[in-house]
Amino acid sequence: MAAFSLKINGSQHEIDVDPTTPMLWVLRDHLQMVGTKYGCGIAQCGACTVHLGDNAVRSCQLPVSSVGDQEITTIEGLSENGDHPVQEAWLEVDVPQCGYCQAGQIMTASALLKKNPNPSDEDIEKAMNGNICRCGTYTRIKKAVKMAANTNQNS
Amino acid sequence: MTLVKTKIGRRSFIRTSALAGGGMMVGFSWLASCKMTPEEVNSLPKEWFDINGFLKIGDNGMVTIMSPNPEIGQNVKTAMPMIVADELDVDWKNVIVEQAPLNLDVFQRQLAGGSQSIRAGWEGLRMAGATARKMLKQAAAKAWEVPEEEITTSNGMLYHEASNKSAGYGELASAAVGVSSPDDPPENIEVPEEVELKGIKDFTIIGTDRLNVDGPKIVTGKPLFGIDVQEEGMLTAMIVHPPAFGLSYKSMDAESVKSMPGIKDVFPVDVYPEGVEKQWSDGGGIAQLVAIVGESTWQCMQAKKALKVEWEGPSDLESTSSYEDDLAKLLDAPVEAPARSDGDFNQAFKSAAKVIERTYSAPFLAHNTMEPMNFYAHVTADKAEVKGPIQTPEFLEKTLSSVLDMSIDNIDVGMTRMGGGFGRRLYGHFGVEAAVISKKAQAPIKLVYSREDDMTQGTYRPAYKVKFKAGLDKDNNLIAWSVKGAGTNDDLVFENRFPAGAVDNYLAEKTSLQTKITTGAWRAPRSNFMAGAEQSFMDEVAELAGKDPIDFRLELFDRAINDPVGNPEQNDYDPERYAGVLKLVKEKAKWDGSGNGKARGVSAYYCHNSYVAQVLDLSMEGNKPMVDKVVCAVDCGIVINPISAKNQIEGGIIDGIGHATYSQMTFEDGVPQQQNFDSYHLIRNIEAPKQIESYFVDNGIDPTGLGEPSLPPVIGALANAMYKATGKRVYNQPFILEKEIVG
Repeated sequence: MAAFSLKINGSQHEIDVDPTTPMLWVLRDHLQMVGTKYGCGIAQCGACTVHLGDNAVRSCQLPVSSVGDQEITTIEGLSENGDHPVQEAWLEVDVPQCGYCQAGQIMTASALLKKNPNPSDEDIEKAMNGNICRCGTYTRIKKAVKMAANTNQNS
Repeated sequence: MTLVKTKIGRRSFIRTSALAGGGMMVGFSWLASCKMTPEEVNSLPKEWFDINGFLKIGDNGMVTIMSPNPEIGQNVKTAMPMIVADELDVDWKNVIVEQAPLNLDVFQRQLAGGSQSIRAGWEGLRMAGATARKMLKQAAAKAWEVPEEEITTSNGMLYHEASNKSAGYGELASAAVGVSSPDDPPENIEVPEEVELKGIKDFTIIGTDRLNVDGPKIVTGKPLFGIDVQEEGMLTAMIVHPPAFGLSYKSMDAESVKSMPGIKDVFPVDVYPEGVEKQWSDGGGIAQLVAIVGESTWQCMQAKKALKVEWEGPSDLESTSSYEDDLAKLLDAPVEAPARSDGDFNQAFKSAAKVIERTYSAPFLAHNTMEPMNFYAHVTADKAEVKGPIQTPEFLEKTLSSVLDMSIDNIDVGMTRMGGGFGRRLYGHFGVEAAVISKKAQAPIKLVYSREDDMTQGTYRPAYKVKFKAGLDKDNNLIAWSVKGAGTNDDLVFENRFPAGAVDNYLAEKTSLQTKITTGAWRAPRSNFMAGAEQSFMDEVAELAGKDPIDFRLELFDRAINDPVGNPEQNDYDPERYAGVLKLVKEKAKWDGSGNGKARGVSAYYCHNSYVAQVLDLSMEGNKPMVDKVVCAVDCGIVINPISAKNQIEGGIIDGIGHATYSQMTFEDGVPQQQNFDSYHLIRNIEAPKQIESYFVDNGIDPTGLGEPSLPPVIGALANAMYKATGKRVYNQPFILEKEIVG
């Protein structure tokens, strides 16, 4: 066990865990932030995507010991009131079916738009390709990312 | 006007608040997982009145509607309350939706499966709303001393035009449940014996787009799913199961992991001890497991890796090659009796001018819900509280009663939102496992399967093989058709489906192969393979006849309509509705036009009481079909929530294309060769169709389900379009591995 001080969603959290523990389980089991989802544990499905700084990363492959002082943002902290343009677009397009993968999809999409505010269809497909949606909401995911990009452009 | 008897489930609606003798302050549980703004808190009612099990009305006019059925992503949690709200005649923005508890005294068929929630729930949901509306009208009539017939309602308001009186539902809710004053006996407003339902034209909510009621919670990461459950003192449990189908537990070295950090206990589990009364839903899973109980998931995962378990069993473990051979042999062997026989197939086939015979196959598939199997359980000496993602809560409760030797009254089964179902969570063994582990560990636990556990423990879509034969006369009329199907633990063929009834000489035969690899219902069971095979074969037969594939099918439907073969009552399908979706898709996809330069395929299928036809356009990238567009025509009767109906159609199409193209479970000596998403290919964003258009037949027929019907036919449309693109037919799923089209 080792002590870590983590900056998550703007707040500092102190925890004492096995240093190999992936951030996914630190969030879910130790900090009761369960919006970040477990899907595969091997960085193949994207359900556990969070932001490390500005980058979308798979938290199931991110040992707590490697985080250091980099800031983590999870779905719970993406916006204060659930009004990030990507979240709003997701609601307007009615993207989710079961909803389980969508936190990861939204975190990937919001990281994409931060880096590339006006992505092409191809950019969107490529960026979102690491996030599996078993319900098959892909067509609406693409539409919602476009919509969020346009909102950003117009605001 | 439609009058219906107000009886459903085991008894008539009762007024729970009347029984309680006063206005009930009932649960604010829906508040638990979301932070309310001050405005929202101010808008809360001070008092709620239970009108019936389906709904309660607040003194300020807000309405809480219970969604009775489990939610697996089919969006019944929005659609079912919409039906109640429409008959109640309230404004949707004043409706709060809650997941109902398991309560078969009030609700019927609290099960997610077979795309039947809406079809089976339709009348009861309407009745629940209409009954409440009538009781409110009676209360208003009494308060205003006017005839009930003169009272009208609109958007949560009651009106009496002649006297210019009006009141909100909230103002009269207390009177409606008979608790307005102590002098008024509760019997004053009777639950009506019979209520009038709205005409279809009067619907204000049904048929309009309503967003997913859980959407705001989903996009902000609120705890909704079984795997998100956190309870005081809760430990985590994980399982270790045999690495190969056919093996069972022998022994283990538990002590070596018990000392690992956070590990509380390690023990073998007999999930269904001898003498337990099993339900049909106990079909999946593995009866003997090892359980690891610990403080956190990661600690349990480490212990899982370290634990050494000895397994034992027979040496003749099964492999993919063996079941493929065995299924082929079964198709060549005679069956005892046909499932259906019209005319004389063998004679007609012999005398036909042209004949064709083709065999199709598909592998085992895992369900791979994105949320792995999990369940929370807290079992004590006299009580069991369990909750989690379950499509069959009623049956889980019954099994638990037997396994725990406990009265059903002492068992509480809660339903969480599910991260996908696809049939997997019909089989509730993981709920039983959680309860057994909690009892042994004497602690509340949450059982969580790793992805590998989830993918390798069975309950798969069976592996299938089917052989079709057809004969044409010299004028290219279809005179003979036979289908013979075999599956692992499943006999595959629906003998009364199309083209039964449309071909003079028709023969259907079915058989099955018993395997150690366990199987279960997977989204659109049997249809998920049969539609693709049948509709591919149909395409080939149409080509042999020199006819347009849509015209060829329509000719057969004409035959089934005008001069059916055999007993038309026996046929599972309505040929007019079947033909209807084909005609609609033909028009919408501009089938007769030049297309858009892509290869096109068409397909149509009927299953789960709904009709679907699709035209699919694609181009090939190497051996990979890249689908440009799917146009889909659907007849599911009345569409409750169009935006969500389209979502179901799109999801089914992408699911069908994905699995038929890429996915399979294979086995070597009983060991699953795919264990996670690195080796099991699920369709991804780039591989999904660029565009899907859905059109619904508007016919006012009572609604049927949409969770499954769009998946099966798209596999046929895909295969037929691949043929157009490559000149080669595909017969064996997953199509990407078909050697003929590689390179």
